[in-house]
Amino acid sequence: MSYYHHFVIPFTAGLLFLVIVVAAKWIIWIKGLNNQQKRQVKGNIFTKKSLLATWEVLAESLFHRKVFKKNFLLGYMHMSLALGWFLLIAMGNLETRIFTHGQLNPPYVPIFFEFFEHDLSTLRYKEIFTFVMDFLLLFVLSGVALAYFKRATSKPLGMKQATKHAFVDKLALTSLWLIFPLRLAAESVTAGLYGTGGFFTRWLGEAIAPLPAIDMLYYPLWWAYSLSLGLFFISVPFTRYMHIPTETLLIFLRKYGIKETEKHTSYTQVELNACSRCGICIDSCQLSSELGISSSQSTYFLKSLRDKKATDYLTETCMLCGRCDYSCPVGIENSTIRLNQRRESPATGTSFGYVPAIEASKGKIAFFAGCMGQLTPSVTRATLALFDAADVEYTHIDKDATICCGRPLQVNGEENAARELAQKNKQLIEGTGAEALVTTCPICARIFAESYELSIPVYHHTQFLYQLAASGQLKLAPSNNLITYHDPCELGRGLGVYDEPRELLKFAGNLVEVKSSKTNSLCCGGSLAITSINQQQRNQMARKTLQSIGANDVDFVATACPLCKKTFTAASDENAILDISEILVKAFANTKQSSKPEQKQTAKETSTVN
Amino acid sequence: MIDFGFTPFAAGVTDLDKANLSLAKQITEHEPSFNLCISCGSCSATCTAGQFTKFSFRVMCHQIRKGNTTLAIEEASKCMLCGKCTLICPRNVNTRNIIRLVRKAQTTTP
Amino acid sequence: MTKTVAIIGGGVAGLETAKQLNSLGYSVKLFEKSNTLGGHVAKWDRLFPNKRHASEVVSSLTLSQGNTQTLVGTTVSSIKRQHGNFIISANSNNHEADAVVLATGFELFPAEKKEEYGYGLFENVITSADLEQMFIKHGKPAMASGHKPVRIAFIHCVGSRDEKVNRPYCSKVCCVTAVKQAIEVKEAIPNCEVFCFYMDLRMFGPGYEDLYKEAQSKGVTFIRGRLSESSEIEGGRVQIKAEDTLASTPLKMSVDIVVLMVGMSPQLDTSKLAADLGLSLNADGFIAATDLHTNPTETTTKGVFVTGACTGPNNITDTVNAAKATALDVHNYLSR
Repeated sequence: MSYYHHFVIPFTAGLLFLVIVVAAKWIIWIKGLNNQQKRQVKGNIFTKKSLLATWEVLAESLFHRKVFKKNFLLGYMHMSLALGWFLLIAMGNLETRIFTHGQLNPPYVPIFFEFFEHDLSTLRYKEIFTFVMDFLLLFVLSGVALAYFKRATSKPLGMKQATKHAFVDKLALTSLWLIFPLRLAAESVTAGLYGTGGFFTRWLGEAIAPLPAIDMLYYPLWWAYSLSLGLFFISVPFTRYMHIPTETLLIFLRKYGIKETEKHTSYTQVELNACSRCGICIDSCQLSSELGISSSQSTYFLKSLRDKKATDYLTETCMLCGRCDYSCPVGIENSTIRLNQRRESPATGTSFGYVPAIEASKGKIAFFAGCMGQLTPSVTRATLALFDAADVEYTHIDKDATICCGRPLQVNGEENAARELAQKNKQLIEGTGAEALVTTCPICARIFAESYELSIPVYHHTQFLYQLAASGQLKLAPSNNLITYHDPCELGRGLGVYDEPRELLKFAGNLVEVKSSKTNSLCCGGSLAITSINQQQRNQMARKTLQSIGANDVDFVATACPLCKKTFTAASDENAILDISEILVKAFANTKQSSKPEQKQTAKETSTVN
Repeated sequence: MIDFGFTPFAAGVTDLDKANLSLAKQITEHEPSFNLCISCGSCSATCTAGQFTKFSFRVMCHQIRKGNTTLAIEEASKCMLCGKCTLICPRNVNTRNIIRLVRKAQTTTP
Repeated sequence: MTKTVAIIGGGVAGLETAKQLNSLGYSVKLFEKSNTLGGHVAKWDRLFPNKRHASEVVSSLTLSQGNTQTLVGTTVSSIKRQHGNFIISANSNNHEADAVVLATGFELFPAEKKEEYGYGLFENVITSADLEQMFIKHGKPAMASGHKPVRIAFIHCVGSRDEKVNRPYCSKVCCVTAVKQAIEVKEAIPNCEVFCFYMDLRMFGPGYEDLYKEAQSKGVTFIRGRLSESSEIEGGRVQIKAEDTLASTPLKMSVDIVVLMVGMSPQLDTSKLAADLGLSLNADGFIAATDLHTNPTETTTKGVFVTGACTGPNNITDTVNAAKATALDVHNYLSR
């Protein structure tokens, strides 16, 4: 038995084209990986990581777990389209296979089976199949309906802004939206004419059968169905729908441990193509929500990079706060890609030949306050007072002269210039013979940890002080103060330090946990990674961020970054903004207060001795 | 280094009839706060680079306003972008953006 | 029946308004939240431009009050309009008045907010108000350790002309106050070096320029540059950094005492009362009058008048003038 009709050509040609292009792209991307990445693939492909990746592909590409977390309706829309379509294909194949007794059919047969076979009386489980196929079609159509609805208004689906798409994307979208309604129409007309179909197509077919000239629609509808499929398949490599096959590859590569490096690699191409341009990153971006800058978010930036049209505006209009990295349902490393693109832009000519070699006295712990630390002497003073209280032997290595850590240059893409400063600082740090480096500035901490390649561990002061407090070396007594904590971007999303600051604050008072915290915390607005926004805009963001952490309902707003502290202070007169160390100094003073009588006694004794 | 063929400071006289103010115009267009400086000098005083070398953000801006572009571009290369000046400028001049614009002028001017 | 006017604030502005309305025959109630009259001026030692003792001005104003009912230690918590009158709630008592004058003045800029200057952190960083107290108590400044200072720096514009602390405006009186204090330091400790770090010297009033000249002739050094940051060094001394903008070179020096010339900030309590009464604030946070030029004492709420430094930074002379004008406007309003 062989099934064929000319109308299957658009579908078959489209599918063939898609398969060839996707295969070619996959091969090119995988071959383009650097040696380290290739080793990671080879070393992990035959391990359980591949199984885990398969599971994740199911969870993300079919069930869209992360999108569900963002919004139920949005998740349902994606799931019904992806899972529904997948099951339609799978069930269709199974149905045809069983009907043709295991015969290997061309791919178009199961797709157009209703056209080819009007008499399914010999099909085993016929009732189940026809029911399931109709049910799945309805399931997909419910998603399509939601998609229509989302175009009209995206708010109920949890998105304030939807991505503005290019023409080809709209064309592909139209063909995608037509596929399932056309299938329904073609199958219903067929059911009306020949008595095929399941509960729904049969009912619909019978309902429309009496209409005049319905049989004239029979061939045109099957043609249209096939054409819409073919058109969609051909459009995939040129549009955002490329994310569907690419995300699968991305999940596998990621499971093998591959990450963005400091340069674009072929893995970057996989990430760029895996972006579905859903636009969830737009809502998570404060430039959009606070300042109305809604044209530079990752969705647009990645697209421009994919098209090799990244402009300075797109590359630079980003705070690198990392919020979109965490909101992205595909988990694309947006910030790193943006930073790497900045690294690609031509060096603007820096000359630091004037920087002398700086030396500091030796000590067990090297303490670095950073440039910002000079403008927040209270933080430095408090931290060092706590070191003294815990008998830490330290050397304050940038007390007299300091150079920048290089991170501000790095985030602006001036990698070589940053390295030059890093080299000088590295000599300074290693010259002290210290066992660990502690800094009060998360900006410095990040580059120390990620790019300096130091032989000693790097701690942010909250991490270090937590060790001291937890081990009892630093004694603290809490007060009844209510404290809210703001996660600095570089410390939280940047270095993954969320718990130590919170645990420390519990030693000092009552920590109030808020909704927008940890990975979901807002940027204070002070970001050094963007230069094009002005102070008024930064203040505006800062006030919103203070509001989001309930600043007005607590005694102290705690942060752990001198830049956040400065930014908040500039924006607000009403709130007491303190670094964690300053709050801890109060908690340390509390321990003295409770042992005051004892102290008085010693004072008396001394006076009698005198 | 780019020779603009004219250095007002060399002659010891600033001649605003002949000065090339194109960079000043370009910067003002992209960063209007360029014009808000009151020459208080706190940027230069706090400057991380200024501890080690003769670099003053304030003077650099001044040179640009007088058309002494070549010197200004050379000066801008010394900045570490650390951001201290942005944090203390009492007029909210977006200093880091100005440095970036001056540096870009270097790579784009013929 | 005698009409009653409530005046909120017992500083120079409130006292002068009370005096004038009292002599016009009104029943005047003066509310002062602290226990003494005279406001900030009462905490000052001597006044520019003639170094007259501030206590003279305060006592001349308090002694000429006549029948004014002064309620010290009385904090006004709310003012409500009722049938064309006003109900003033203070210390849980209600007072009735036909008109209200807000003479609540200013508060000193909280210098801790300028963290990089080290106030509240470094013991020898003080404010201009702290220095006046030293003059009142000891006749001369001293380091926290009790040592005699040999080098003092005055920092102008702390909490003025600074958008980083939301005070973009000029506080008008700090320049001349710094110059006055610099001279006083020189007179009290002749061998003490005195430096003034300024951005512009705004010597706009009668006798101010003469004071500037006197300071120069007494050896006060003026450096055109704003302080960027300070740090504490050995012996509690303070190292400060600025740019000598006239020489275009960075400058650092160590001094025994840093005096921060704190500016005038809007009163937070006043903003609350203003909100109660539906008054609008100007961009700097002070109370806005209906017309800056031709009607500087009336507000958008009928029967509520403003005077003195609650409308913006002011010196004593201008405040007294404003108070007299306010009294006349209140009189015109009540005799309509």
